[in-house]
Formats: sequence, structure tokens, C-alpha cells
Amino acid sequence: MTDVRPGAVGLPGAAVHLRPDPYDPFDAALMMLEGRQNVSRREFIKGVIASGVAVSGAAYFAGCTGPAPAPLGGGVERLISLNVNGQVRRVDVLPGETLAMTLRYKLGLTGTKLGCDRGECGACTVLIDDVAQYSCSILTHRVRGLEVTTVEGLESPSGELHPVQQAFIDELGPQCGFCTPGQVMSAVALLKANPNPTREEARAAMAGNLCRCGAYDHYLNGIMRAAREA
Amino acid sequence: MANELIGKDFTPPDLHGKVTGRARYAEDFRADGMLFCRLLTSPVPHGRVRDIDASEALAMPGVVAILTADEVPEIPAPGNPILTNDPCYVGEPILAVAAVDETTAQDAIEKIKLDLEPLPFTVDPLESLHPDGPNARSDGNTIRPREGVEELKWTVEDFAAAAEGQLPMGEPMVEWSYGDVEAGFADAALILDESFVTAGTSHHSMEPRSAMAYWQGGKCFVFGSSQSQSFVTPGLANYIGIPPEDLVFVAEYCGGGFGSKGGAYPVMSIPAHMAKKTGRPVMMRISRAEENFIGSARAGFQGRIKMGFREDGRLTAVDLYIVQGNGPNSGFGDFNSAAGAVSLVYTPPAMRFRAIPILTNTPACGAQRGPGQNQIATAVEPLIDKAARQLGIDQVEIRKINAPTNDSLYGSRRSSITSAHLREALDKGAEQFDWAAKRARSGRRNGSKVIGVGVGSAFHSAGSSGFDGLVRIAPDGKLHIHTGVGNLGTYSYAGTSRVAAEVLKCRWENCELVRGDSSRALPWNLGQFGSNTSFTMTRTNYVAAMDALQKLKEIAARDLGGRPDDYDVGNETVFARANPSLRLTYAAAARRAIQLGGKYSGEEAPEDIHNMTKAAVRAIAGTGLVGVARDNLGRPGTVPALATGFVQIELDLETGKVEILDYVGVADCGTVLHPQSLATQIKGGAVMGFGMACLERHVYDTQFGLPGTVGFYQTKPPSYLDVPLEMDWGAVDIADPDNPVGAKGIGEPVMGCAAAALLCAISDALGGHYFNRTPVVPDMILNAASGRTQSHRPLQVNTQ
Repeated sequence: MTDVRPGAVGLPGAAVHLRPDPYDPFDAALMMLEGRQNVSRREFIKGVIASGVAVSGAAYFAGCTGPAPAPLGGGVERLISLNVNGQVRRVDVLPGETLAMTLRYKLGLTGTKLGCDRGECGACTVLIDDVAQYSCSILTHRVRGLEVTTVEGLESPSGELHPVQQAFIDELGPQCGFCTPGQVMSAVALLKANPNPTREEARAAMAGNLCRCGAYDHYLNGIMRAAREA
Repeated sequence: MANELIGKDFTPPDLHGKVTGRARYAEDFRADGMLFCRLLTSPVPHGRVRDIDASEALAMPGVVAILTADEVPEIPAPGNPILTNDPCYVGEPILAVAAVDETTAQDAIEKIKLDLEPLPFTVDPLESLHPDGPNARSDGNTIRPREGVEELKWTVEDFAAAAEGQLPMGEPMVEWSYGDVEAGFADAALILDESFVTAGTSHHSMEPRSAMAYWQGGKCFVFGSSQSQSFVTPGLANYIGIPPEDLVFVAEYCGGGFGSKGGAYPVMSIPAHMAKKTGRPVMMRISRAEENFIGSARAGFQGRIKMGFREDGRLTAVDLYIVQGNGPNSGFGDFNSAAGAVSLVYTPPAMRFRAIPILTNTPACGAQRGPGQNQIATAVEPLIDKAARQLGIDQVEIRKINAPTNDSLYGSRRSSITSAHLREALDKGAEQFDWAAKRARSGRRNGSKVIGVGVGSAFHSAGSSGFDGLVRIAPDGKLHIHTGVGNLGTYSYAGTSRVAAEVLKCRWENCELVRGDSSRALPWNLGQFGSNTSFTMTRTNYVAAMDALQKLKEIAARDLGGRPDDYDVGNETVFARANPSLRLTYAAAARRAIQLGGKYSGEEAPEDIHNMTKAAVRAIAGTGLVGVARDNLGRPGTVPALATGFVQIELDLETGKVEILDYVGVADCGTVLHPQSLATQIKGGAVMGFGMACLERHVYDTQFGLPGTVGFYQTKPPSYLDVPLEMDWGAVDIADPDNPVGAKGIGEPVMGCAAAALLCAISDALGGHYFNRTPVVPDMILNAASGRTQSHRPLQVNTQ
């Protein structure tokens, strides 16, 4: 039996804020970070926002964000500036708000999809300073001062598609298309870091993006084509 | 007719939106003043709501309303309810709360005091069949077709009669047979008799079934996640409690369904009910965990199959018994489809089938890609290999000797089929895969790793008839193809629409696909499920285009002289064969159609089309030349989609890990409409099949009935790293005689054949070990490799 717990049952699907579940790796990571066993995720998030816990928060995201995010400092400022797709956007952000929710519900950037809202599927992948990140698992306040790129930000001003987007069309990458924006963003991040990947390197880089239609072979074909043609 | 479009690749019109993020799925729609609703779902596997105290929740700032089961249409049991006071599985929606934002709605959910009486439950069909076993519903544990829920128990003697590890076989709910089964077994040189388990699995569509709704001008607008378009409208309107013409249903994109979003489903109506109650638009965002509960599931089997073989591998008889873990509601007839598949894929001369669906307190089941056909493929195909091994026959050869031909018969009614080319598919696959060479390497060791190879086959019926087609040539000469089939993500909505362009010899660039919104004048079409679209929709588009073609010729004859038959079409003109300078462009013909009115411009419509199509024709009447017709082309039998897959693996005897090195899938889907999308179906279906074979399963705790597999990480769909680095595909490409362009569907068997081939390869790597169970997980492999007893009992369900 892998995971039978009251937390999973009492709140099936509480995507907004979950009770911490010591058996859940995601929650367990948060709890370890906080050093407490009885804190809710919301309380944890409040703590991060309101105090210097942001320092240890940086440790949690270390290894994936690149440069450390700007310290929040002081109380919670809600009206913040975000750099999204090369534009500075002023937006009212709640302390516990994830970047995916800000993009989708505050900035109208619905290309970023929520498939699981808990860092399992990759449909919400965006670039933060050119590194692929799950926007469902990053607080919006953490990306102040960083460059956020979503799928809407890839086309040139004249409407020309990014080579990855064009290659996904040419290779018929998407099927249902729901995971596609995330696949596109991970592929773009890969090619920024490694313009000429082997197929195996591409596969490894894309492993955080699930596709239930199983379109992996065509997405990989697209990435290899984009690398050739870029 | 040399095809200009059919069989060629093209860029489907919805593809650009998918790679740019412009494609709008249900949760991407917004409306001013939109409320958010959250669901309070059952924390128990079976219970009865005694009281709901929402006073504290309703007093919270920002909370607008709650909606309970008493306020929505009651769906007669055992249908899936919209909301319920009698929850039958963990995660079943009991009520909804609407608030100004989602966080407030969720906070309000936590303030609601629910007085819930726990009731007996079961998560194991065999347990429920015991004389004193629990029932999943208060009124019974099984469903009698056309009658409803009833209680059926087997006797102690029934259970005692089965040997250790064998499925007991008490009174079935369904039974049929054909041929002389006893004589078949008497003639057999080899008889195999095995009991097996196939686990239930979640559909796991990437897009959770979120929905948004509002009311405007007396109509209800619903933005939903749906595989299908027109087919859903009457059912969804019924769930909302309005006539279908008062529903505007927008379903332009669907983030995966795999059967779970094929027809109307009840929870999609919740935001509509809430919007009516609050007078505001309502967004219901469904979470991943909720999707796991309400997003449907594949039924699991506890089964037993006895097969008799001649020395040359030909089957003599089959006796199949299936106990289906049905979920608590109507579920789906997987067991019947499984038996049908066995009757066709192996063409046994004699067969007996018995089955009983048993209700369980697990998520409500529905059709999942190859429902029944694919489970039985995972159970039977490795047994075919076991027979081949014992008889000394090649695995491909034993499948060929039993494979159907065009003359084969299907199912209990022994109905005819339209075409079957599984042998050709096996030959093609064996050649492309280089079966002979790879088979020679079977069993080769490299350290702790051993090579295995496998081949598998699967079937699904793949086509229907009797639906309507609708096209319009606009005064600018553009061909508008109205398609109400939906957009599952296979691109077959587009591939089949090209038939209309092909018939009218229209450039694809000059075609417009009209779809995605029921207010856009869409015809009555079947949904995107059951592998049917390629067959069904090529026919509807063909008949509509033929109607338009005839009207073009009639208009030309009327204006330019002669008889309609004197005319032909080309380059988007209708011209006299004898004198091509006598011609009308499509644009001119469309303008003439508007002037002429009547049938030409849709002022009159055929009598035999569906009311929905009649309304669509009225909506576009007078705007161009309208081609509309019901598909009255004959269909003499079941349309078989057949597929075969070849797998080579490397199995690590020390870790139980299986790495798939090679995959080739070959389809018998008639004429290939769109090679690139066929390739994605064959390969993508295989990926899902690999998950079914080795990764995915429902696990329910037998003590408390609680789910153990909720997240992706607990029942993981295959990732990039679980599939071969490259995959290959092929198609027989032999036209089906009962389709105007020779097409048949394919979406489902391409999954089952791959699941079966992988399981066969694992068995092969382990020297022919038959697992009696799907999925095969690493610790089962390790136990088998080291000769240890498995950690589960033979017919146990809910194993890891």
C-alpha cells in the first residue's frame, strides 16, 4: 500500500491549499524546510512571504532557479511589478499565489496550463531567466526581478513562430495539445542551454513533461528538427 | 479517383493554437463577474448524508451560494449522479460552494458540517460475491441489463469448487456460446486454463474536466472539456434541465479524454446549475486529485480462460469467464467487448462466454481506450505465447493461423465484418521489426540483463453510420465543412473533413472547418470515441459533398444548358465535360444557389436528417450552396480496427526494471487518411499501452476503502524515459469496401496490441513465465526471476 492517508481523503483535490501530508513527498519537503510537522501549507507560505524564511526558501528551489531571487524584505507588498514576456506588468498578487495562477487569472496568459497543480506533470512549465520551471510550484512573489517567459512570449513581434513551435507543427507534435505549451517551454529551455542535443539528451531534458497522449516520439522529432533548423 | 488530399499529410487548423497557447480549453474561458465553485466530495467509500449544516460557510464574506443534490436533477440509479446524498466512492461530489474566489470557496467547504452515516463497502468483486459479502450499493451488488441493480451472491459451494488460484465460477449475469465447445476441447492437443487479474486504471486525461457556464438571453452557455460536440448536447441539456436548443455548448479543444469525455457527463452541469442559482457566471476548476475520482476509470477484471489448441496452433475452443469490477454505477460493458474481441482476434470455432459485473466502491467506470478489448489482450496474448512455446510454434505464426479474414464472424451473434487484415499487419510488422533476427536474440544475457521479444494484437469495432453531413459553398467560393464530431486531439475531425474537399475537388486552403461551438450550425454527428470517427465521418462528409456536387451540376445545367450529368467539377468550377469553357465558378454557383433558394441554399432540407441538422441548415439557409445529407450508405457488418505491435526489451533480473528498446506498431485501418496523425495514434497508443502493462493501476485499501493511487506519482503514466528512444509504425493500407474512401478507425487497438506485446516480451525474457496479472511491476518480475512466491494471492485485487 503506497499512500493511504486521511489527508488525501478529507480533501480530495484541494488544489488551492492542501493540508500537509507527511507521506506526500511534496508536502514533506515543505515541512522539512520549515522544520515543523504541524504547519499547513498556507501557514508555511505566509511564513515565507512575511519573514526571512525566504532565505531557506531559496535553498528549497536551489539548483533549479539559477540566481537567487530578490529578497522580499519587510511586509507583504501586493501590487508588484513582474517582467513577463519582455513587458513589465503591474499586478495585485496575494501572498500565497502561485505563478501559474497569476499568469492564468491575473494576466490573461492562459497558454500556461494546469494539469496537476502540484509539480507532477509539467503542463505549467515556463521559463524563469531562461530556465524551465513549474509555475504551479513557484510563488509569484519569488519571481520579482526575474524574467518570466510563457508560451505567449515566444513568437516574434511579426508573428513568426519560434523554431520549436514551428517544428512541433511540422512533426505533428501535439495530440490533444494540453501539455503542449509546457513541452514547448521545456524544449526551448533545452535548446537555449544545449543548442545541439542528442536525442537522448533531449529525452532526459523533457522527462519532466508528461503527455498522456504519448506523443513523445513526435515531440522529440520536433526538438531534433528545431535544433537542426535553428 | 486519384486522391489529391486523402493519404497526404497536412497541417490541421487547430495545431497553430496548440503550439502558441492560443487554443482555448474549458478553463481558459472567462466571463465578467465570474464566481468560482469548489466541490465537497465524499471522504468515505459509501455513506448517506444525514444532514448538511452550511450556515457557517454561507456567513463567510465572499461566499455566494451552496448547491446540493436536492437542487439538481436526480439521475436514476445506477446512473452517475450530478451531486449525491448517497456517495458510493471516495471523492464523489456531494455539494458545491460558489464564492468570489477559489480560495474563499475552498475555505467555505471546510466550514461545512457534514453528518455522514458510513455504510458497508467493498473494493473487491469476489468479496462482494461471497454469501455474506458486503454490497457496494444498499440495494445490491450487480446490474441486470435493462432492469437495474440487484443482489446476486454465489454459494459457498461455488467458491469451494474452484481449485487454489482458480476463479470460482458461480451464476453469471451474461452467458452465450456458439459452436460445440466441449467437442472443441475434446479435439484439442493442448488445453490451457488460467485465471487472471487486470487492474482498473484511471483515465488520467491531462486536462481535468473543468467547466464554466453562464446564462444569457434564456440560453445556457457551457464551456466544457469534451471529446465530442453534437453528440453531447442532448445529454448535457438534460443534465441541466433545458431543451437542447437552449444550450450553447463550446468544446473547441479537449485536453484528452480516452473515453472519459466521450458523451455528456453529469458534473459538467454543476457550474450551469450554480450559475442559474447565483445569476452569475461560474467557473468550476477541477483538480488533478478530483479528476482521479470523477474522471472515470477502466474496469478491472478477475477472469478465467480455457483455450484448446490443435498441434498446429489453431484454436479449437475457448471458454471465458469474467468478473468485472464495475465501480458503483452503471459502468461500461467491458466484459462484453472483451468476449467479442476474443471471438474475432483468434476466431475460435467454438466459444462459451460468461460474465458478471460486480459493483465496487471505487470511481465510476466508463469506457477507456479499448474498454474490454485491451484488458483481455493483456490476459490472453501472453497465454497464446505460452501455447506457442509448448507447441513449438513461432509467436507470429500462431497469431497468423488464428487471425481473422474478411469472412470471419464477430461475437455471439456471429455477425459479418467489413474487412480484416491482421495477417497482413503481422507480416508487415514482422518484416519491419526484423522479427526473425530479433527473436534469435531472445534470452541473450548481458550481465544481469536479458533480452525479450514479444508480439501482440488487439481489436476494436471502428465505425458507425446513419449520421448527417453538412457543407456550404459560400458566395466567395470557399467550402465550409461543418463538423459536429468534436475535437479529441487525434486530428481525425480534420482528416475526415478533407473527404468533402476531395469530392468537390477543392483546394484545402480554400476550405474552412466550422466546429467547436453548437451555435455555429453543426450537424448531428456521433462523438469522437470508439475508434469510429475515420469511418463514420468520412461517410457523412462524403454524402454531404455528393449532395453539393449534384446541386452544382444541376445549377450549371439550368444556367448553361444540357443535363446535370453532362457536367463535372475541377479547379473549384463546375464545367461541361464536352466544352469546358461552359463553366461556373463555385462562387458564382453559390450566388445562383442563393437566388434559386429551395434545396439549393438550404431553404429546404431533407426529411430524414436529425432535428439538430435541420436547425443547422435553417441557420445557414440563404447564405450559399448547401450540401446536406444523412449517411444512408449501407453497412453490412461490424467494422474491425485491428492492430499489432512488436516489442524488444531488456529486462534487468536484479532490479526488475524493463527497458523497451524497440517498438513497431502496424495498423489495419483501411485506407490511410492522414499518415502523420496515424503515426501519432500508433505510437501514442503504444505509450498508453506500456503504462497499462507495467505502471498504472488502482489500489484501494481493503480496510477502509480509501484510495492509494491518487496522484500521477502513485499511478504514473509513462514518461519520456519509459518508452523507446524511437518508435516505428506502419499500416496495411488496404481499403475497407464499405467506406467511400476505404477508411476505418484505429485509436483503440493500437494501445492494446502494445500492452500485450510488452507483456509477452517480459514473459519471453523470463523464459515463458505467465504472470496471470496486469500490470506486471518490478517486484513481480524479481519474484518470478528468483522463483519466489508472489506477494499477492492469485486473484487478489488492489495489489501494488
